[in-house]
Amino acid sequence: MWRDALLVAGKDLRIEARSRVGLWQVVPFALLALVLFAFALGPGPVALRAAAPGLFWLAVLFSTVLAIQRSFAIEGGEGTRDGLRLSGLDPAGIFLGKAAAVALQLLVLQLVLFAGVVLLFGARLHTPWLAITASVLATIGLSAAGVAYGALSAGLRVRETLLPLLVLPVLAPVLLAGSRAWAAALATSPAGGGQWLKILGAFAAVYVVVGVVLYGPLQEAA
Amino acid sequence: MATVVELRTAVALAGRFPALSGVDLSVEAGEVVVVLGPNGSGKTSLLRTCAGLLNVSSGTAVVLGCDLREDRVAVRSRVGLLGHAAPLYDELSARENVRFATRALGYPTDRVDPALERLGLVGRLRRTPVGRLSAGQRRRVALAALVARSPELWLLDEPHAGLDAAARRLLGELVEEAATGGAAVLLSSHEPDLSVPMADRVVSLAGGTITSSSPGGRATKLSVVDLPAPLGAGGSNVA
Repeated sequence: MWRDALLVAGKDLRIEARSRVGLWQVVPFALLALVLFAFALGPGPVALRAAAPGLFWLAVLFSTVLAIQRSFAIEGGEGTRDGLRLSGLDPAGIFLGKAAAVALQLLVLQLVLFAGVVLLFGARLHTPWLAITASVLATIGLSAAGVAYGALSAGLRVRETLLPLLVLPVLAPVLLAGSRAWAAALATSPAGGGQWLKILGAFAAVYVVVGVVLYGPLQEAA
Repeated sequence: MATVVELRTAVALAGRFPALSGVDLSVEAGEVVVVLGPNGSGKTSLLRTCAGLLNVSSGTAVVLGCDLREDRVAVRSRVGLLGHAAPLYDELSARENVRFATRALGYPTDRVDPALERLGLVGRLRRTPVGRLSAGQRRRVALAALVARSPELWLLDEPHAGLDAAARRLLGELVEEAATGGAAVLLSSHEPDLSVPMADRVVSLAGGTITSSSPGGRATKLSVVDLPAPLGAGGSNVA
């Protein structure tokens, strides 16, 4: 399973590095979303700083949907979809590999978005370990849940519009817990941050297990 | 010879709709069977059924010893399917695509370069992203992946499509090599003049069922080679 996961992740990341869809479409989209949120809130620095964690995670959430759609567009053709089913790869390995590739892209995206939050909203990180741990856990949860739902909608003609509808409500707990954990990390005292990490950790664990167990049947159903 | 494909009154479903309606077919190891039939007759469905991609709802369907009604996933890594759409990633080179297909099965990657060379994919062609290759060149890459995987059952869906004369000759050689090496080959075609000479047996498919079966050109050739010519006969040893 782990060997298959590495193989699939390597393949997806190589394709992403060549096509540069993430670099030229997902990253600019996320930054644009951040700027537009800032426009909507107005120029008040206090309001912007207070809203920074929520806006950061909203931008990450919307970008996750794009990254998941891109991950399944790679396997969108009849040939590649059948090819993956006939490849001999363990479905759990395919799931973990695709989720790992998406997670790596989301982590890079968060670095860029963090720079945007600092520049646009004047945010300052006081508890880096809390923000980093929240980001890692949230990213595992987002990519695992996203890939599981991506597999569910992969074979449908309406997948582009259906995926956000299916996945955004499911990812809402990550938005909430990630925002709160980051709010604590940006505040001078990180009080209460730990409990949001527990929620993020539980969400990630549940969706990794769900994906490993269900990816095979979901792939067949698609 | 071992039976590789054994279908008895097999009914297969594509989604909720019947794609095959009571097919009887057996293919032995080392045998080349060509399936002819008009559009919509079920040729592609027959090949996809044998690959374990379609659900068999009734009848008997055993491929490489795996009962497809019990577990159709187990057989997949042992067959090689060349469908209408090549299972290739446009951004990856020919070499990377074949390497991925080979490594997925846990095979050593030293099979990759010989397979590419066998299909004439050398030099720049090997490094070019397959999205920039012509349809015929992409078909060659997909065939190279099959050669590297060396499946026990080759399922070739209209494999001549998009190939030039040289590649068609090469395809004929590959099919012959696979069959001689003990693999079974099930090949669907619209072009009897190209496919029948390759076949031990030719079956016709219409409306999702086999309607006729006759010997192909390979059977004739083999019988000429294998059977001793009767003294005084004019040399017609056709089975």
